Amino acid sequence: MSRRARTALFLAGGAGLVALLAWGFAGLPAFGDYHGVYGHLLNQRSLGQTHAMNTVVAVTFDYRGFDTLGEEFILFASVLGVALLLREARSRPPEEVDVREPFDPVRATGTIATPLFFLLGLFVIAHGNLTPGGGFQGGVVTAVAIVLIGLAADRSVFHRLAPKPFADLLEGIGVGAYAAIGVGGVAAGAAFLQSFDERGKIGLLTSGGTIPLLNWATGIEVTAAVVLIASEFFEELEER
Amino acid sequence: MIPLQAAAIAFVGAGGLAVVLARDLVRQALLNGFFGLGLVVLFLVFQAPDVALSALAVGGAAAPLVLALAIAKVSRREGRRDG
Repeated sequence: MSRRARTALFLAGGAGLVALLAWGFAGLPAFGDYHGVYGHLLNQRSLGQTHAMNTVVAVTFDYRGFDTLGEEFILFASVLGVALLLREARSRPPEEVDVREPFDPVRATGTIATPLFFLLGLFVIAHGNLTPGGGFQGGVVTAVAIVLIGLAADRSVFHRLAPKPFADLLEGIGVGAYAAIGVGGVAAGAAFLQSFDERGKIGLLTSGGTIPLLNWATGIEVTAAVVLIASEFFEELEER
Repeated sequence: MIPLQAAAIAFVGAGGLAVVLARDLVRQALLNGFFGLGLVVLFLVFQAPDVALSALAVGGAAAPLVLALAIAKVSRREGRRDG
């Protein structure tokens, strides 16, 4: 097909796509125009029922806590898969790397950003039941802070700060703690993952029953998972 | 739609286009970082702070990390083949 014919075909197809998209977007409900029943119900009831000010987290760790357990297992299994595949493919332990000094401004920015990111991550996890965020988001931010050390400053420092056996262990502890808190509900005579803790005063870091506990378990798991993936990738890079 | 939202949409659109049009891998990864940052602002001005936080971590750090490491590995392998 000649270049001219290809261009003509693309223009015709592109015009059709634009027309369809414009038609579809024109029919979208207005921004903030929501008619679902479930959302309104949650907005009215969740604060009184769960004492968690962040309704999103009340949904993920209370009303739909079981779904989140599934997500925890998905993350756990995928990180396990990455680790198994990469570790199996690496026949011999990585040799000593020629540690090149990263470009200085990069190093400086990374070093400044690391403690800030770490603190922000912990803050986001801790305030999951109060403000937007939670274990997943905060966990990724915390992990990124640790990974930044290896990326911007020094990879050997990263490996020493976050040794893989430790990250392995933390990941297991995080996902195990989530399931154990769920079993705690059964032990307390309620359903699996039903909150058995006191709901507490609204607005406190501890309010929301088991929501903060599940939130921290998730935060630990996600932090360890992302650090572990980065760890495997770094070692891939070091292998020649 | 407030101007900030329109600006964020325009920035994300331009960023996505720039990522696709970039030919150099490193430049593409860098542009992808800016594109990710644009997405963060977009989610924020559309009142989805939860999503913005996730996008900040994933688009601003995790994705560039994976890209940077992959590019480093690929370019090293190519350098060895050439030399």
